[in-house]
Amino acid sequence: MKLSTLILPLLLLLATAVTEETYGQQRFPAPEFESGYEYPDVSTPEPRALSLEYGDVIVLMGFLLITSWVVIKKRSRRWILWMSVGALLYFGFWREGCICAVGSGQNMALSLSDPAYMVSYTVIAFFILPLIFSLSYGRVFCASACPLGVIQDLVIVKPVKVPVWVQKSLGMFPFVYLALALLYAATGTDFIICRYDPFVGIFRMGAEFHLIVLGISFLLIGMFVARPYCRFVCPYGALLKVTSMFSKRHLSITPNQCIQCKLCAGSCPFGAIDKPTPDKLVKEIKGRTGKFLLYAAIIPLLMLIGGFALSSSHVFLAKAHPDVYLAHLLIDEPEVMDDPDNLDVQTFLGSDRTMDELVESAEEIQASFYTGAWLTGGFIGLVAGFFLISQYIVRRRADYEPNRGDCYSCGRCIKYCPVQK
Amino acid sequence: MERKKTKSRREFINSSMRFGMVLALGGVGGLAFRKSTGDQWVWQVDPFKCSWCGRCATHCVLNPSAVKCVHAYELCGYCDLCGGYLIPGHSDRSTAAENQLCPTAAIERKFIEEPYYEYKINEDLCIGCAKCAEGCSAFGNGSLHLQIMHHICVNCNECAIARVCPSDAIKRVKGSDPYLMKGDFTADGGET
Repeated sequence: MKLSTLILPLLLLLATAVTEETYGQQRFPAPEFESGYEYPDVSTPEPRALSLEYGDVIVLMGFLLITSWVVIKKRSRRWILWMSVGALLYFGFWREGCICAVGSGQNMALSLSDPAYMVSYTVIAFFILPLIFSLSYGRVFCASACPLGVIQDLVIVKPVKVPVWVQKSLGMFPFVYLALALLYAATGTDFIICRYDPFVGIFRMGAEFHLIVLGISFLLIGMFVARPYCRFVCPYGALLKVTSMFSKRHLSITPNQCIQCKLCAGSCPFGAIDKPTPDKLVKEIKGRTGKFLLYAAIIPLLMLIGGFALSSSHVFLAKAHPDVYLAHLLIDEPEVMDDPDNLDVQTFLGSDRTMDELVESAEEIQASFYTGAWLTGGFIGLVAGFFLISQYIVRRRADYEPNRGDCYSCGRCIKYCPVQK
Repeated sequence: MERKKTKSRREFINSSMRFGMVLALGGVGGLAFRKSTGDQWVWQVDPFKCSWCGRCATHCVLNPSAVKCVHAYELCGYCDLCGGYLIPGHSDRSTAAENQLCPTAAIERKFIEEPYYEYKINEDLCIGCAKCAEGCSAFGNGSLHLQIMHHICVNCNECAIARVCPSDAIKRVKGSDPYLMKGDFTADGGET
C-alpha cells in the first residue's frame, strides 16, 4: 500500500487543525532512505565580498584625489570629462548606482537614531569623504565622481540661462528634501532619496515605470536646463554646497590675473559664475544693514513657524510608516477587515500581533515624528532665513569668480579664459 | 586699507566656518563610527515571519526577483502527495502542469525510492512567488521557503520588497552570515 494513500486522509485532518503557529513544524518525519540517497547541497552564494566594498572606497578616494589635482593644478576640462565618464561607468553602470554618497546620509541618520542599526565603515567613508574634499577643494565629487551628476553633465546640449531668482528659490528645495529624508530615515520609515533616485533605473537598465519616466525626463530637461537634479533636488548636494562655500581652495577660472574679458561669463551652464560687483551696489551696501539685521532677527521666528507647521502635520507625515498607516486604516475604516484583497490588513489579522500592540507601536512612531517634525521644520525655517539674509549680503568682487556654493568644478570655464599662466 | 580689512574679515569668517564644519563632520563621523560595524549589511527573508503574500515576486527592483525558493532537504518529508508541488484538491492524480502549484514549473520532482520523491527548485525558473512555500507550510513540513539569493540581489540601500512586506519578514542581516535557512535557523531568531 502506498504511503500516499495513507497521507491523504491524514492531510485533510491536519489541514483542519492548521493554525498560524504550527507552520514549520515537523508533520512528517524525515524518511530513512534505503537506497543510499544523500541530501543534495543547497547553494547559498555569498554576497559581494567585503574587500570589494573597501575597494569601492579606494576607487572613490582615487576619483576625488585625481579630480582635486586636475581642478586645482592641472586645470583641464578634458581630464574632468574622462574622469566623469569613468565614474559613470564604474559607480553608475558597473556598481549599478549602489553604493552612492547621495543616499548615505540616511544610513548615518538611522544609525544615530536606531539602537539596533549599525552603519558600516564603507557607508561612513562614502558619506564623509566627499564632504571633506568639498571643504578642501570645492565640489570635486560633483564634477567627476558622482554617477548621478555626471550622467546629467554628459547630456548637456544647449543650456539655457535660468533666471537668478528662479535658480535661488528652487535651490532651497534640496535643503527641504534633505531635512525630510533625514526625518524619514531617522524614524526608520523609508529611505526616500534612494526610493526616488531617478537615475538608478537607468544604471540598472530596469525599474518601475514611473521611475524610468522620471529618469528620462530629468535627462531630457537636462539637455537644456543643465544638471536639474543636482541644482534643484539633490539633498546631498545641499551639504556639498554649504561645505564648498567655505572651502579652503577652489577652482579658479583664470590661472593668473583676471582681465575682465567676460569670455567665461557665458560658458557656465549652471549660472555659477559671479560677475564683478558693480560700484552702484557697493554704495548701496551700507543702506542695507538694517534689512539684514531685521531678517537675521526673525530667523528664530521662522524656525518656530517651520517647526510648528511641520509638527502639526506630523500625523500625516507619519502615515508613510506602515504601522501608523495600518493603525489609522483599521481605526478609521474598520470595514477593511472584511476585505479579503487587502493583503496588509489580512496579514495583520492573521498574525499573532494584537491591535493594542499595533496601536502602541504606531503611537511611538508618531511621537518620534512629532519631535522630528519640530527639528525638521526648524531646520527648514533656518534655511529660509539664511536665504532671505543672503539677498542682503553683497560681496565685493573685482573679478569674475565661480560661485563656490553652486560651482560643480566641471572646468568648462577654464577653456574660455584667454589668460596664460 | 578699507578693502584689505573687508578681505581679512571674510577670510576670518570663512576659516572659522570651515573649522566649525570640520568639527561637525568629525562629530557626526565619530558618533557613527562608535556604533559601526566592519561587516556589511545584506537583506534576507526571515522564513518564520514570511506570510507568503507573493510580493517578493512583484516588488523586487529586479525582474525576475532576487528572492528564490530554497529547499531545506533535511526537513522535507519527501511525500508523494506534496502540498508544495500539487494544487490542493486537484482532480486526477497526475503531475500534469494544471495540477502543479508552481506557475513556472520550477519544481523538479524526482523519484528516489518507494514511496519518496525529491523536490528540487530550478533557480533559473523560480520567481519567488511563494506559492509552493505556502502550500508546503500549510500541508507539509515547511521545508520549502524563500531566501534572497545574494549573487542576484543588488543590495539596494532600502530593499523595495522590505518596504511593502506585510509581515515585516525582510530584514538586514550581517554579510558574514547572509542566509536564514530553515534547518540552521530557528523561529526564535537563534542559530542551531
